[in-house]
Amino acid sequence: MKNLKQKMTGNSFLLIITVVLFLIMYGAGMVIFADKGFAKPQMFLNLFISNAGLLVMSMGLTIVMIAGGIDISVGSVTALVCMVCAKQMEQNGASAYAAVLIAIAIGLAFGLVQGFLISYLDIQPFIITLAGLFFGRGMTAVVSKDMISITNKTFLAWANYKIYLPVGSYSKKGNFIPAYIYPTVIIAILIFIVIALIMKFTKFGRSVYAVGGNAQSAMMMGLNVKRIKLKAYLLDGFLAGIGGFLFCLNSCSGFVEQAKGMEMDAISSAVIGGTLLSGGVGTPFGTVFGVLIKGTITSLITTQGTLSSWWVRIVLSALLCFFIVLQSIFASLKKKG
Amino acid sequence: MKRKVVSVLLCAAMVSAMMVGCGGGSAAPAEDASAEASEDASEEGGTITVGFSQVGAESDWRTANSESMKSTFSEENGYTLIFDDAQQKQENQITAIRNFVQQEVDYIVLAPVTETGWETVLQEAKDADIPVIIVDRMIDVSDDSLYTAWVGSNFKLEGQKACAWLQAYADAKEMDEINIVDIQGTIGASAQIGRTEAFDEAAQANGWNVVGQQTGEFTQAKGQEVMESMLKSNDNINVVYCENDNEAFGAIDAIEAAGKTVGPDGDILVMSFDTTNAGITDTLSGKIICNTECNPLHGPRVAEIIEKLEAGEEVEKQQYVDEGIFAYGSDVPEVEVDGEKFEVTEVTQEVIDGRAY
Repeated sequence: MKNLKQKMTGNSFLLIITVVLFLIMYGAGMVIFADKGFAKPQMFLNLFISNAGLLVMSMGLTIVMIAGGIDISVGSVTALVCMVCAKQMEQNGASAYAAVLIAIAIGLAFGLVQGFLISYLDIQPFIITLAGLFFGRGMTAVVSKDMISITNKTFLAWANYKIYLPVGSYSKKGNFIPAYIYPTVIIAILIFIVIALIMKFTKFGRSVYAVGGNAQSAMMMGLNVKRIKLKAYLLDGFLAGIGGFLFCLNSCSGFVEQAKGMEMDAISSAVIGGTLLSGGVGTPFGTVFGVLIKGTITSLITTQGTLSSWWVRIVLSALLCFFIVLQSIFASLKKKG
Repeated sequence: MKRKVVSVLLCAAMVSAMMVGCGGGSAAPAEDASAEASEDASEEGGTITVGFSQVGAESDWRTANSESMKSTFSEENGYTLIFDDAQQKQENQITAIRNFVQQEVDYIVLAPVTETGWETVLQEAKDADIPVIIVDRMIDVSDDSLYTAWVGSNFKLEGQKACAWLQAYADAKEMDEINIVDIQGTIGASAQIGRTEAFDEAAQANGWNVVGQQTGEFTQAKGQEVMESMLKSNDNINVVYCENDNEAFGAIDAIEAAGKTVGPDGDILVMSFDTTNAGITDTLSGKIICNTECNPLHGPRVAEIIEKLEAGEEVEKQQYVDEGIFAYGSDVPEVEVDGEKFEVTEVTQEVIDGRAY
């Protein structure tokens, strides 16, 4: 019993709160806005469709945050990925497959440089990735100041390929409309599963927790802290590249202002999902719910229709405070033993 | 103690999960019932639901635009408006449109942040048989059938009206020559393209001496900078054609700093567009001699389109809002563009007070 109690006060308890909160919010939405289509399966799937890119980016953020770091460059990386892919496909005749490679290469480059500076030169991750944020946004404008619309056939075919599911809902006119998702959703979910498995079952995953929990003792245990950190940032960069590409599939265009502030959405999703900013604690599973909660708040406020959409931010900030306070309470409980 | 807290929370979690479960179950019939109810309502001429995705609230113009929609699509007029402010983000607009589709609104009105990237989500709206009306900026899609109509300003006509006014004013005042500077908007913006095109044509047709033409990027600071450099290299400038009010404010500052005067009796005439509240106030004093409107009140025109669609009529794909031209004094009562006459409004305090924005 004591063992269980100790476990409960740790990660899993925060996780349960997140999941329950999501269920309550979504359930309330289904009841209150039943006549506005909130109970439709498609409404739920839209959470994934609209946030597929964010979901993948948040996975990356979760990893670096568990390792005790942070990455605020992912929004700019997204903008750069969208812009370079759009420009290469539209003006230089690159194929959609090449665009995928470009996206991954950009992400890895960011991950490698930032990861190296943070782990081997021991510079504050916030400062390095802040530089990454400025650099990414600046480079986007250098590549092109114009809006570029993507018209590449293969790319649009991916973006518009609807995968119908065996569920659905009846429209007001009484027609059955099957629910659908886009390939982006499947990719995002697959990535989540892979990352969750890596974090739980591989040596690398467990090392990340150890490094984030206490770098000193991790080193004493014989872990190569620097290399693990570098790997975490590389993986984060890779995910930012993929996330950027998924975002691009959703928006089908490149322009300078794209995905501004998205890094903050990713960080708040991870925190709401139970990741500690101080490192060592967090799960990809929780982060998924963090993303879903953010999506649900947006959905609820749009459906309500008269509230200003800035309330999304206000509710999010309240939730963030709530979770950070909870985290610190648990941290102090832990200390007391 | 800790154990108690944990168990209470766990219980709460379980209960709420059960509630959600029940809620999910009972929501389905409720939806059917309300779906029938709303269908009945629409058959009896009930309210029309309009989902409007707005760019944001970055300027007075935008706020006036939102207000126009809100007052037009009010409950008294038989509409339910679902308003979404996208905070300048395209991804928010895409999410909002998806939400509108699931809510099965009757019409979607979109004021796009960007011109590009709308194919996927507009296809979803089309698949759901929801007509989409674009306002303000145009969108760039390969398939025209993705939207039903577009409502916005005719920037070229605005420019033509302003130029016609200038020529008529010059004739009335018997000005010997027109040495004109064009402070352009942000290159590539549709407002810049239309207004510059009209300017170029008129300058050629009327034999104006174009002293300089450079972008002020629609900002006061850049407008001032451009005007300063123009004044340094030329001292014969007597007209400035600014492509929006902010540039005009900058130009006026630059002219006054150079020791020259603006206005009907001054050295230089300043022309402008947009008629923002601050802009038209300067027109009242004559600092801006002529200000051509860029009308943000799109609501009534969109409502007109929706009424036509409701009646099963065809609508024109491109529709322009009516826009006026405001000037200091009454030297030019009307201007003519391509055979069509437009009345010029003399700015008075009553005119300013009577405007909606």
